[in-house]
Amino acid sequence: MPLSTRTTRTYFLLVLFLALRAFGNLSLAWGTKHLPETLAVDPMVYLRAMLHPGIALGIAMLILALLVRLALLSLADLSFILPMTAVGYVLAAVLGRFFLHEAVSPQRWLAVTLIFAGASLVSSTPQATSKPEGPQ
Amino acid sequence: MTWVLVIVMVVATVLSDLLQSFEMKRAGEQSVGARGVGRLLRMIGARRYLLLSIVCLAFSFFAFMALVQSAPLSFAVPASASSFILETVLAKILLHEQIGVRRAAGTLLVLGGVVLLGK
Repeated sequence: MPLSTRTTRTYFLLVLFLALRAFGNLSLAWGTKHLPETLAVDPMVYLRAMLHPGIALGIAMLILALLVRLALLSLADLSFILPMTAVGYVLAAVLGRFFLHEAVSPQRWLAVTLIFAGASLVSSTPQATSKPEGPQ
Repeated sequence: MTWVLVIVMVVATVLSDLLQSFEMKRAGEQSVGARGVGRLLRMIGARRYLLLSIVCLAFSFFAFMALVQSAPLSFAVPASASSFILETVLAKILLHEQIGVRRAAGTLLVLGGVVLLGK
């Protein structure tokens, strides 16, 4: 695959992954907070919880995010993907603030800025460094 | 209880990520086109480490579910990033990925932010 096509595809999958995971987490958090029972070690409680529409939607989005991430891992290194997906932590704070009305302190917004700085620094480095061992 | 859930989630995530990356590198490039998804699912079934990574992911996920129920989303998601440095170091040692100075600095900056976010 030409390098430019590979780069475009890598970033497209990255954006898709971030959106699916952020909104999947939001839906899951909203759903669990509206459950009548507390999630503990009992697996039956989790199975019943999965019938909640918010939780079911969240899980569907997160499964899709996992599949997109698998494709992403085959294109780029884990140590490239991990820092880039850190943008997701920022998205979680933003979505938590606006949709779940969580109190986000100035210290947390400072942390958000640090994360953006770190992520953009990493995004300017090559995406794949280790040699693939499988068939090409 | 909150921190027990964070620890279960982090350890399970690290194991899952390493197994996934290791197995996907061996599998070669995959796509998510219309036919790609079916092929991707068949490939997951055929690879043991990938199945094991999904079991780890399930443990991590249930811990996360219990965590977001009681803790704010803006705490739970950053807390899940505690696995960051550990994973980057292990990616270098076990998966032989090259970690440059810029990349290491970026990773540390992100981690610093994530730790502050979780406070």
